[in-house]
Amino acid sequence: MSDYRFQFKPFPEMTEADYAEIGFRSGLEIHQQLLTEKKLFCRCPAGRYSDAYDAEILRHMRPTLSELGEYDGTALMEFKTKKEIIYRINRETVCTYEMDDTPPFMIDEQALDIALGIAMLYRLNLVDELHIARKQYLDGSIPTGFQRTTIVGVTGSVPYKDRSVSIVQLGLEEDACREVSDVGHRRVYLTDRLGMPLIETVTGPDMRTPREAAEVAQILRRLVRSTGRVRTGIGAAREDVNVSVRGGTRIEIKGVPRIPRIPLLTYHEAMRQWNLLRLREELRRRGITAETFRSASEDVTRVLVKTSYQPIREALAGGATAAAVALRGFRDLLSWQTQTNTRFSREISDRVRVVACLTKLPNIIHSDSLSETLSSSRWDQVRKAVRAADDDTVVVVWGPAGDVKTAVEEIAARAREAAIGVPSETRQALRDGTNGFERILPGPDRMYPDTDLPPKVVTEERLERIRRGLPVPIWTREAWYREIGLPADVVEPLAMSRWAGLFEMMVKEWGIDPTAAAVALVQFPKSLARRGLDPSRLAEDDLRRIFALFRDRRISRDGVRALMERSVRGQGLPGPGEVRPATEEEIYARVADANAALRAMKVHNPDRKAHVLMGLVMTALRGRVEGAAVLERVTAAAEGTC
Amino acid sequence: MAANDDYKGYRGEALDTLKNFGALVWSDVEIRTSRGAYTGIILPRSETADPNHIVIKLRSGYNIGLAARSIEAITISGRKEAHYKIPEKEFPFDPAKPKVKLLGTGGTIASRLDYRTGAVIPAFSPGELYGSVPELADICNLETEKLFGVFSENMGPEQYIATARAIGREIEKGVQGIVIGHGTDTMHHTAAILSFMVQDSPVPIVMVGSQRSSDRPSSDAALNLMHSVKTAAESDIAEVMVCMFGPTSDMYGLLHRGTRVRKMHSSYRSTFRTIGDIPIAMVSREKITPLRHDYKRRRADRKVRIDTSFDERVSIVYYYPNMKPDIIDSLVDNGYRGIVIAGTGLGHVNKPLYPALKRARDKGVAVFMTVQTLWGYVQMYVYDTGRDMMELGVVPAANMLPEVAYVKLAWALGKTTDVEEVRRIMLSPVAGEITEREPENGYLIFQGGIPEVEEFISTIKK
Repeated sequence: MSDYRFQFKPFPEMTEADYAEIGFRSGLEIHQQLLTEKKLFCRCPAGRYSDAYDAEILRHMRPTLSELGEYDGTALMEFKTKKEIIYRINRETVCTYEMDDTPPFMIDEQALDIALGIAMLYRLNLVDELHIARKQYLDGSIPTGFQRTTIVGVTGSVPYKDRSVSIVQLGLEEDACREVSDVGHRRVYLTDRLGMPLIETVTGPDMRTPREAAEVAQILRRLVRSTGRVRTGIGAAREDVNVSVRGGTRIEIKGVPRIPRIPLLTYHEAMRQWNLLRLREELRRRGITAETFRSASEDVTRVLVKTSYQPIREALAGGATAAAVALRGFRDLLSWQTQTNTRFSREISDRVRVVACLTKLPNIIHSDSLSETLSSSRWDQVRKAVRAADDDTVVVVWGPAGDVKTAVEEIAARAREAAIGVPSETRQALRDGTNGFERILPGPDRMYPDTDLPPKVVTEERLERIRRGLPVPIWTREAWYREIGLPADVVEPLAMSRWAGLFEMMVKEWGIDPTAAAVALVQFPKSLARRGLDPSRLAEDDLRRIFALFRDRRISRDGVRALMERSVRGQGLPGPGEVRPATEEEIYARVADANAALRAMKVHNPDRKAHVLMGLVMTALRGRVEGAAVLERVTAAAEGTC
Repeated sequence: MAANDDYKGYRGEALDTLKNFGALVWSDVEIRTSRGAYTGIILPRSETADPNHIVIKLRSGYNIGLAARSIEAITISGRKEAHYKIPEKEFPFDPAKPKVKLLGTGGTIASRLDYRTGAVIPAFSPGELYGSVPELADICNLETEKLFGVFSENMGPEQYIATARAIGREIEKGVQGIVIGHGTDTMHHTAAILSFMVQDSPVPIVMVGSQRSSDRPSSDAALNLMHSVKTAAESDIAEVMVCMFGPTSDMYGLLHRGTRVRKMHSSYRSTFRTIGDIPIAMVSREKITPLRHDYKRRRADRKVRIDTSFDERVSIVYYYPNMKPDIIDSLVDNGYRGIVIAGTGLGHVNKPLYPALKRARDKGVAVFMTVQTLWGYVQMYVYDTGRDMMELGVVPAANMLPEVAYVKLAWALGKTTDVEEVRRIMLSPVAGEITEREPENGYLIFQGGIPEVEEFISTIKK
């Protein structure tokens, strides 16, 4: 009797009952960068990105013991890969701290305030004394080999549907490097993002369908955004999604850049685990367990040196070696489906790519494959070399001798793991909604106290101050926006905007026109972004001054837009005395000027004349007048010139 | 005593709370506080931390501190004590490989965490080293001896002498090379004094440390250790050297002469630089590349002269404008027998000090002048003031580094009380501490920002 009779259906056909049948469970780890001026443990400016670099540094990573005296599995795997890590350094964004040549500075207080505030929104039990930990990452993504991280609160919840989703913990930590490339034994990183403050929110495994996972991610995203103190834009928020099925393993899919991609990714991971469990059943049926698993390997360089299969022939001509691994009793199982259009052979190929650094694909071929690789006579020779029986599958791998040795071990190891179940791994999200192996899932063994920094007490006074500044929940805000008649398309973005507080003040205290202000706060930054400017550089002080001018009717809406642009460009704002609305005389004079200019132009379509004229006048008056006031005169003038 | 370990590091309010609930360190607990419930293992606490918090390790591996005052209940469900141990594997013996002795004085070349202080403490045996840096076995047969475990700032005459004698013993026993693990802060002081105390060594004597402790994945310890052991085992340079990172990248180490080297950055990996000259050689995992050829060569004999003279009554005075003569006077009055001045420019101090210097001379105190610019020679003829000072008995010490002049003066005063003899010893180079000439590339401090420097940096990984 099989426990795993259920067969996966295509994504759109899966029902809630189906997910219940397979015991689908999903949890989230949401990484969200905070809107601070500086990085978390040094004084480098936060949020400046550039691919340009001034220098490169080369490092290697070695595993070290955990606090409890054990080596971490991931650490050992990464050490096996023996990568050269190259860091690209831009001096504007990186100092000697990020390069691990200077000890950390004290934690950024601004970042800590934001993190504590968000922890309160999650109703977490706050920590009295922060202990900075080092979380090991031996992939090189952080030059120290560890991420400095601290827990701010534990055990909270957020409401969802008719239940609540548990929040396990909230951590405040430094962001890692951006990977540029990873080829062979050389991995290259950009360091600009390194050290940026971010929070990691970990939920319990409470989501029961892929759709729920996405919905909860959306709720958490909106909640943190409503503080107005987190970064937005590409890469500012990244999700890790944990998935398991009944009898499976908690698998972490890393770095999901967009929430809408969560459902398909979690569906595929559930499918992969389910199919791996079915594979285990098949292995058991064939009498293969972790204990009885057998494999054999042999150097087959000589056998393959004249093969017509190009990838191997070229590699061997370049001095590579080739090896064959016979997996006893595995016949046809490398073609076992794991995900959509993905077979078990992919699990093996991924391991070989990551652990043995054979990054050029294809990096293995196997005898279960239907595609043309070796000729059948050549396969026979290979099978003979490795003494493969009819019910064995043979995998061939090629590359530099040292890497092939590692690869041979990994191939056998991954095949043997199939008899155990779903190995603990972190996996990377792929564009097609499937996922690939990234590394062995690290355990608590990789945590180590940071001896460079003392514990930090979180005082009651500090918490009280933060509590006073907490935003109104977004749902309350949105209700009020609708009440005062804001256009539907600005309600949600404004509620999550960091300017929501400013907006409320301007409407309630200044009596500013809500729709004009809301549209300006939501749409203008977007239009600036479309033109390649960085709206995150807008400062609250500048916005206050701009809207004060608007309130006092010294500038028009266009003036608001123009001054926002000046602020973003860092050109500074005019002083209060320097801005005044256009006078009647000025408007008249500018219309006349524009009319003269228009006469010198060729405008083929006379209907466009008023439009062109309008543009000329508005540009000349640079937002010091409302369009409606100009339009009247312009229309008259345009007609007059006909 | 046991009671102390039961509540390791806790005191005051936190200790009372733990005792009250009978919760020992390493207990697996659920703690209920006025802020909520927390589950984890009670950890020992650093003795320097405040008496108000209890530290637990959460299931996720993170540590947090809870205010003792807020604790309402502690439920104990078990116990999990950590046994921190570097995996020990027997260091393999290969008769074809040279024998290298590693003498440990302290430092972070191999280390583990100390819960009491929260700091790292050294770990050392060959088995432990083999467990963490197995590559060492490809180079040599390694023996280790822990001489003492002190931070480098606590090194002093007692340790200098013990180290020099240990080196003598090992050479007599016939080792092919000696490595000395040492904290980096004062490594150059020790390198200098050993250059004087151990003369005509037939084998390399290599000092090594790490700028990032070996409990960090990006530590320079393992590579420094490999470089130094390779140098001790294979190089033909029979001198006292410091072996530390050349660039900040994991690329190669530099072998600096013990009397010309100085720590020049508080935290960089590439902190050690040869001053006023070039290093002896570069060393990578593959090879040793000499940069000069005037070094003392390895010999097959086991002869060495160990001279452990040392008189502690010596001081360095780092001159600053407006220094008052009482600084010098107080040294003289306290019985100091030697003073090394780190003077400004070519070797100057202000006029108000002159009477004090004269008094020092009259009391038989040996006074030597070095330069606080570090690079360059003392030259006291250029200005009249220099000549005046020489009249007062201040002896220019050529291009000896201030710290080197300091240990050498202590060494010289340990042999004789005759000021003229001390002067003779000081000015006769023993181990390259004074050089006859400064090569043009002995002073290269690239200035960042300048186009040609930037171009160099951007094309070559450093």
